[in-house]
Amino acid sequence: MIPENIKKILSNEDKKVATRKAYGERLAELGEKNKNIVALDCDLSKSTMTALFARKFPDRFFNFGIAESNMISAAAGLSTMGKIPFASTFAVFASKRACDQVSISVAYPHLNVKICATHSGVSIGEDGATHQAIIDAAIMRAMPGMVVLSPCDGTETKKVIDRIAEYKGPCYVRLCRVASPVIFNESYNFEIGKGIKIMEGGSATIISAGFTTHIAMQAARKLEEDGIEVDLINMVSIKPIDSKLIIESAKKTGLVITVEDHSVIGGLGGAVCEVLSCNMPTKVVRLGVQDKFGSSGSPSELVSAYGFDAASIIKTVKENIC
Amino acid sequence: MEEDKRKELEEMAKKIRVDIVEMLCESGSGHPGGSLSLADIFSYLYFSGIMNIDPKNPNKKDRDRIVLSKGHACPVWYAALAEKGYFDKSHLKTLRKYGSMLQGHPDMNKTPGVDMTTGSLGQGLSCAVGMALGAKLDKLGCRIFAIVGDGECDEGQIWEAAMSAFHYKLDNLIAILDRNSLQIDGYTKDIMNSEPMINKWKSFGWEVIEINGHNLDEIESSIEKALNIKNKPVCIVANTIKGKGVSFMEGECGWHGKAPSEEEKEKAIRDCMCKA
Repeated sequence: MIPENIKKILSNEDKKVATRKAYGERLAELGEKNKNIVALDCDLSKSTMTALFARKFPDRFFNFGIAESNMISAAAGLSTMGKIPFASTFAVFASKRACDQVSISVAYPHLNVKICATHSGVSIGEDGATHQAIIDAAIMRAMPGMVVLSPCDGTETKKVIDRIAEYKGPCYVRLCRVASPVIFNESYNFEIGKGIKIMEGGSATIISAGFTTHIAMQAARKLEEDGIEVDLINMVSIKPIDSKLIIESAKKTGLVITVEDHSVIGGLGGAVCEVLSCNMPTKVVRLGVQDKFGSSGSPSELVSAYGFDAASIIKTVKENIC
Repeated sequence: MEEDKRKELEEMAKKIRVDIVEMLCESGSGHPGGSLSLADIFSYLYFSGIMNIDPKNPNKKDRDRIVLSKGHACPVWYAALAEKGYFDKSHLKTLRKYGSMLQGHPDMNKTPGVDMTTGSLGQGLSCAVGMALGAKLDKLGCRIFAIVGDGECDEGQIWEAAMSAFHYKLDNLIAILDRNSLQIDGYTKDIMNSEPMINKWKSFGWEVIEINGHNLDEIESSIEKALNIKNKPVCIVANTIKGKGVSFMEGECGWHGKAPSEEEKEKAIRDCMCKA
């Protein structure tokens, strides 16, 4: 069941947007208001969409070529000069190639660098395992003081970008390649550290972040048709995570299913287990990429193959409810 | 350079060397070799008046910046900052101890005057590139000095940074390469031959000035020249002696990351006090 207050913030439009596109558009808009914003990229600006910023503000856009380590450390240097660097590349490179630079140049000195990484998850599709970031949230979450955000649609992405431009400190934003349904309308509000319960029910709790939220919504609606009502939580703020929301829901339903386009090790699923294990021990089933690498295929094929499509979610809920 | 000025800077280099030996002996660990090789350069940078800095206002916006990309040499930086008055000299005794403002590698949030956190080799020069870009955007007119090690040049990131500094024509960025020819496991030529070092920097589009890194006149003329070069970054390749000033440490790779004992300290301090 969708609560009345949530209905007001859900989009009625039948529209699809890739979160990377929403990011690029919002960054270009923010660049007008805030002259300290600069954008950095590694030869992927047309894919990460920072090209939209570059076109408007060529003097405040720095392409570093195919050199992610250099870009991240340079972003750190720019931030010490009072700039607000938005550094973009694919999530595989931001998290793994430049891991030590994110850790030592950015996170350790707690610098005001915004790493907005696109092409996360197996849902990028055909490029295959080398380009599918499935441990980026786990890596970034382990960095002390790093905020990790995984917006689920274009609207939420824009709100996230607005907020992190104001927030002082390092942030990692996990964005997606393929277009997905717009879930929220403009009246939706985002706060760092808060999740949002989109649907309400007592049988189980489904917690999703990022690309999978629209899939989890489909599943929850189907379950409702079958008489099974669930809590559906969109956990955009993977770190800091909304512990209160998770604990309250788990207390009510006694069963939690996490859904993410990421490894089940260390990402949203891991974070939820950490919260519940010490506060409200509850059975948690983690859907996402199990302990394996990605593969080539179409996004929808991969989402099914890796077991976090709507059918898999429905099956998991039905198998696990008492 | 005027005789008086040279004498003053030589004396300061000696003081810095003594500080390095004393603080490392007190901490029981740290990196003397690559700190001592930089003492003359740091004496010049902080005490010749070449840098736009103010120890009473260490965060002033238009200050010149130093990034110690070879972060393990921080004892030389801490000594220079203390001598300059950024903090009380008594802090030097706390080097590497729990709760100290003087961490084992530079921490910009703990130490006044430290402009960038470094320690993982290769990253500092990239940070300096970012600073130089930021300084140009705001037309601050400040200069960024990045102190790079020759062993550090094994890191690929140094060359990524070098490429980008040339690409963005960062004439407000000066790299000073502490070419002491040693790294932890031995001579750089044996461990990872980085020759021809000078031609490498030249081929990356940098202006290169080669000097004796212990000769204050050469340090001065190279920096003055570097500050006037337009449209490209400058690398001052400073040929140095690792452990310079302490007879038994000079040119010995065993003194890369080892503190002197109490007995060795006395001898080391006597050496430092002698004429360079």
